[in-house]
Amino acid sequence: MSTKKNISYAVASAAALAVTLTACGGSGGSSASGGTWDKDAVVNIGSLYEPQNLDNTAGGGQGVTEALNGNVYEGLFRLTDDGKVDKLLAQDYETSADGLTYTFTLRDGVKFHSGKELTSQDVKYSLEKVTADDSQSARKSNLDVVKDIATPDARTVKVTLSKKSISFVYNLSYVWIINSQAKNLKTTEDGTGPYTLNKWSRGSALSLNRFAGYWGDAAANKQVVFHYYKDATALNNALLTNAVDVVTSEQSPDALEQFKSNGSYKVNDGDSTTKLLLAFNDKAKPFTDVKVRRAVSAAIDDKKLLESVWGGYGKEIGSMVPPTDPWYEDLTDVNAHDVAKAKKLLAEAGYAKGFSFTLDTPNYDPHPTAATFIKSQLAKVGITVKINTITPDEWYTKVYKNHDFTATLQEHVNDRDLVWYGNPDFYWGYDNPQVTKWVEEAEAASSTAAQTELLKKVNRQTAEDAASDWLYLYPQIVVASDKLSGYPLNGLNSQFFAYDIKKTG
Amino acid sequence: MARYLLRRLAFLGVSLALASVVLFVLLRMLPGDPANALTAVGASPEQIAAARHSIGSDRPLPEQFTHWLGQLASGDLGTSFVSSLPVGPEVVARLDVTVPLTLAAFVLAVLVAVPAGFTAAYRRHTWYGALLSGVSQLGIAIPVFWLGMILIAVFALNAGWLPSGGFPQDGWGDPAEAFRALVLPVVTIALVMSASLIRYVRSATLDVLGSDYLRTARAHGSSFGSAMWRHGLRNASVPVISVLGIELASTLLGAVVVESVYALPGLGSLLATGIAQHDYPVIQGVLFVSTLAVLVIGFLADLVQRFIDPRLRGRLSGGAR
Repeated sequence: MSTKKNISYAVASAAALAVTLTACGGSGGSSASGGTWDKDAVVNIGSLYEPQNLDNTAGGGQGVTEALNGNVYEGLFRLTDDGKVDKLLAQDYETSADGLTYTFTLRDGVKFHSGKELTSQDVKYSLEKVTADDSQSARKSNLDVVKDIATPDARTVKVTLSKKSISFVYNLSYVWIINSQAKNLKTTEDGTGPYTLNKWSRGSALSLNRFAGYWGDAAANKQVVFHYYKDATALNNALLTNAVDVVTSEQSPDALEQFKSNGSYKVNDGDSTTKLLLAFNDKAKPFTDVKVRRAVSAAIDDKKLLESVWGGYGKEIGSMVPPTDPWYEDLTDVNAHDVAKAKKLLAEAGYAKGFSFTLDTPNYDPHPTAATFIKSQLAKVGITVKINTITPDEWYTKVYKNHDFTATLQEHVNDRDLVWYGNPDFYWGYDNPQVTKWVEEAEAASSTAAQTELLKKVNRQTAEDAASDWLYLYPQIVVASDKLSGYPLNGLNSQFFAYDIKKTG
Repeated sequence: MARYLLRRLAFLGVSLALASVVLFVLLRMLPGDPANALTAVGASPEQIAAARHSIGSDRPLPEQFTHWLGQLASGDLGTSFVSSLPVGPEVVARLDVTVPLTLAAFVLAVLVAVPAGFTAAYRRHTWYGALLSGVSQLGIAIPVFWLGMILIAVFALNAGWLPSGGFPQDGWGDPAEAFRALVLPVVTIALVMSASLIRYVRSATLDVLGSDYLRTARAHGSSFGSAMWRHGLRNASVPVISVLGIELASTLLGAVVVESVYALPGLGSLLATGIAQHDYPVIQGVLFVSTLAVLVIGFLADLVQRFIDPRLRGRLSGGAR
């Protein structure tokens, strides 16, 4: 199972742009919400995603976002449940008329866990930490537009950009504000969040204690402990024996029945942003031909695949955009399942007798299952699939770095990651100058309306080009004890705000 | 005896030195790049180079090797590439789980296997002798994770007597809780281990029962019990101790499956995580410590065998193999 973790951060990890929840977003367990709860409860959280280290600019991975984002560290902004941006440590901000200068006013009276007061210097330091040469943050390239950071006074930060970037404020929600004097951030912390790090025992657990000096509303529980499991069954057993109160992201659908049929648990089906892709190498034959890509997309019955992998959970999608992105449109009809059409397209492309290709398949669930399914589906239109099982590490080197593949399977967890189709150098090799131009224009747009309009065009174009085959959207399933309420429900692969979780005795 | 001890210790030192070279070189020959574990999607070549530089994996191999040896000499196992935590204390923390787990399982297995194996041999013509023999054969065929799942289902999920897995974050700070966490894993390993031990004990006992010296001792008037005690036990234990040494050593890291089923932070799972992440310092640290343990266990097994069997005392590395 450890290989699974490895790949989740290779693709998922630090880039994780999962939709977050607002303070009141979670409405899990209903029974406890009205009554009284234990203000000094210890909440035990079960997870499969242990951090690599505690620094999100040094390869901390998906787990560090889950455990620390919003709980221990806070940004100037925070993403809300519907993908919008809320002010957090920024009390207010102004944008200059040319859209190049942002002036942020910091909230007053914010203290770090070490006791030091938050100043503009810390914000400057934190931003520079992300854009530094040795930064391993996935946000680095997005924030490279930052040209200058000025700190006219202790509560004001003035950021000048080299070009317009409509996503700047959104990207800032991924920048943790850290005490500029803090040391050893891979193993310790100094943030402003409602919890302080109590202890991280690598390989087993990470515990957080309520921070008495928090600037906002105190956390609804005294302590949260993230318990880390490598094995989904062991995690489910822990929930069944009350060793944990909630599982952040259920990955074994077979196990759900035992919780659904048990009144002591609540199974929550939220919105995820994780897509399973059959990614073609659009620069390798025969997938250079849009007709071949469309044919393959039409030949595969996504609904049946989803049914076999996830039972009744998850959603079909017709493009890279999950419903929570602002530029979502339902495009499942563009390349809907249609074997006759697939055969016709193949004939038009000169492959009436089919062809054969190698599918590089990561060796962990659900990829092998999906690969076998795709193989049988494509056999019906005369295409032979050779399944080549590879480790996450091989995938990263062979496919992601060297682009040495014909087609591959991979999960992409981020929200708003449609824009990767604007980068012709990305691993899947999709190169449509019009799309690249739209993506650039969208980033330079003056309003979110204009940005949304442009990205909708990108969405439709990539779907019509069958740039990849988007097989399905993962479900986001949180299973919790009925004693719990207030836990987040959506996009939890990356973030799990714990401060509103209420536990009855 | 002193000369033997010195030679045997020198042999141990040379083995350890050779093992450290081999494991260092073999690790570096694995495909893959530790920087992959640190960088995310969209990482530029510069970011990857920076990651390599920060962990020192861009330096020449001989330099990395001498650096590691230098650290070892001062008792330092280095720092994890991935977590930045020092490897030594982390290995020690894992030993808190692995050593009690292994030793307790070992002792329990011996307590079960020796009487059971003896009975299976001595009473092989009775129904319970045959049953013991059959059950042990069946036990060898049972996969350890399956047994673990069954025990969890019965004793944790249904009866609720014991935790289904995990280990307290404070370790042995609360001994009762730590003990409870280890009960099922210990039983799991012990059952599987004793199944194969019973076979060895049984066959060693059968050899003894059919031996001339036992018959001779009996002819001289010894009771069966005292002949067995004086001659039989000694002869039977020499081969069994060899097997015990190997079983004990292999359980140190071989418990990884049990650790996974019971979500225990043991040495085996640390090694598995290290390998998945190409975290060389962690892998080296774990393998070095476990190599040392295996060599020491072998050494002790030799000593015990020589103590029991005077015929072995002329040889450097003794014991029936």
